[in-house]
Amino acid sequence: MKHLKYTAAALALLAGPALAQDTMVIGVSIPAATHGWAGGMNFHAQQAIDRLEEVYPELDFVLATASDPAKQVSDIEDMVATRGISALVVLPFESEPLTGPVASVADQGVWITVVDRGLSQEGIEDLYVAGDNPGFGRVSGEYMVDMMPDGGDIVVLRGIPTTIDNERVEGFEAAIEGSGINVLGMEHGNWNRDDSFTVMQDFLSRYPEIDAVWASDDDMAVGVLAAIEAAGREDIQFVLGGAGMKEMIQRVADGDSMVPADVTYPPAMIATAIEMTAVGMTSSTPVSGEMIIGSVLVTQENADGYYFPDSPF
Amino acid sequence: MSTTTEQRAPGRARPWMDLRVLGPIIALIVLIVVGALMNPNFLSYANITNVLARSAFIGIIAVGMTFVITAGGLDLSVGSMAAFIAGLMIMVMNAALPGLGGGLAVILLGIVAALVAGLAAGWINGFLITTMRIEAFIVTLGTMGIYRSLVTWLADGGTLSLDFGLRTALQPLYYGGLFGVSWPIITFAVVAIIGEIVMRRTAFGRYCAAIGSNDTVARYSSVNVGRIRLLTYVGLGLLVGVATIMYVPRLGSASAATGVLWELEAIAAVIIGGTMLKGGFGRVWGSVVGVLILGLIGNILNLTDAVSPYLNGAIQGVIIVLAVILQREGKAGT
Repeated sequence: MKHLKYTAAALALLAGPALAQDTMVIGVSIPAATHGWAGGMNFHAQQAIDRLEEVYPELDFVLATASDPAKQVSDIEDMVATRGISALVVLPFESEPLTGPVASVADQGVWITVVDRGLSQEGIEDLYVAGDNPGFGRVSGEYMVDMMPDGGDIVVLRGIPTTIDNERVEGFEAAIEGSGINVLGMEHGNWNRDDSFTVMQDFLSRYPEIDAVWASDDDMAVGVLAAIEAAGREDIQFVLGGAGMKEMIQRVADGDSMVPADVTYPPAMIATAIEMTAVGMTSSTPVSGEMIIGSVLVTQENADGYYFPDSPF
Repeated sequence: MSTTTEQRAPGRARPWMDLRVLGPIIALIVLIVVGALMNPNFLSYANITNVLARSAFIGIIAVGMTFVITAGGLDLSVGSMAAFIAGLMIMVMNAALPGLGGGLAVILLGIVAALVAGLAAGWINGFLITTMRIEAFIVTLGTMGIYRSLVTWLADGGTLSLDFGLRTALQPLYYGGLFGVSWPIITFAVVAIIGEIVMRRTAFGRYCAAIGSNDTVARYSSVNVGRIRLLTYVGLGLLVGVATIMYVPRLGSASAATGVLWELEAIAAVIIGGTMLKGGFGRVWGSVVGVLILGLIGNILNLTDAVSPYLNGAIQGVIIVLAVILQREGKAGT
């Protein structure tokens, strides 16, 4: 009799992991760290997962980074098939290709949190966490107006041609409208240091007098600043980047006159999304809906609060 | 489309009428004229030196790529390799800074590290292709992914930055020069001239063409095919190292975004210049012209508002194809 009991216990033990219903798996699918901002986003995703695994023993996380949309679709399919995820936090590489696959995951009853880049069909996700792209442009434009109340000539470097970039530029243009600020030229620096170095060199050849530069991104600001320095031009008063790269925040904090401010577009928004999803899975706290993380102007006064020395970005 | 007749211009065509030779030069001249008409600053000293200096990275790599392609090979890994070597050079210099001080010793160490890394990376490609007999396309596709991942990993997904003081010490390598000509331009010129001489005047250059044309015949003619092929990849690796030495001082940083698509730009430049993609014939000066064409297109598009920036890639594509069509017409006539 005793023997039988032991066998049953052993069987139960063996079957245990497979039957355990209380462990829930949250899948996190994000683009690989191919540029600075994505690197910071990867860092914050990993940090959030490490922290939440401690806080919620009943949660298990699976993180996958994809270098293209097709790989991301495969990652998500694998998560559903092999890990039986109960929730998916996804930052789509591109909206269009990911919409169908994410929708079919949602149909299986999985909680969907979409981050930053919206899907092209509405109503699929349960929670949407995103940065404020029009706001990012608006805050940048308002800062330009504040800095140059009498107007001035500026050049603009744009990112990779995407909706994100368009929304930012539209927000910026709306903010500077009627202020006397004149945009001499706009070119795509593709959120890349080398490209923006080249574009800025050519802007400097083309325009003998430039008052300020909206680099619209901190990686691009690095390239722009190097080009200005190499050309030895004194006419440019300042360069406004964006996103909150730690080196740039550092320069803002140090009172560098060429980098007087920065506008945030925090890569840590992925942590917000994972955290809210975890809260939603483990409690009855309602977390569905939309959460827009505002873009904040960082100046010397508040720069310390936006400096993350451990982040790669 | 025969490769063997390619080297000899058809007897009836007078040499100065040969479109295959003139094609890229005509394209270059047209671009210069268009640029000068569109913007008065185009021909300014500052703009010309900007374009030449920024073309130097791809240019130096394209010279090495000319030999690889002439010998019937291909190297897709050079862009990733440049990013990896740049990352390595920055890490070596940052690590050596406390021990050696911020002077010449650290800079020399960085230069040696870049050259050694380039040689080693080129040798690995060449070894896998010649000794292990794996397709060049597959080997270098593999190493392309490997180096790109390695630099992302070294940088922890972010950016590797040179120590600020070191950056100031290193900057003359890109921004400084002799008699108002900056080092990247001088290096590019020296590499191109040496490359042209090696291709035209040495046994090595002739062996490359022979192997690319028909490696079996070359082997029967007692050419050490494996060794020559290996040397083309090692040489290219070394030149990637040289290009990186000039790249690092420019922005003092390397990241996963460094050198993206450099391999395709280098290959495009080589082909625009008149080298046969399937090997057997190579023209180093043509590759130089090809690089300048690519550099000027980007520059002109930045200097004018005539074209929507969304169309930049399309314009580049059209000009690349046109430059190659100009050469092919000469052949269609033969």
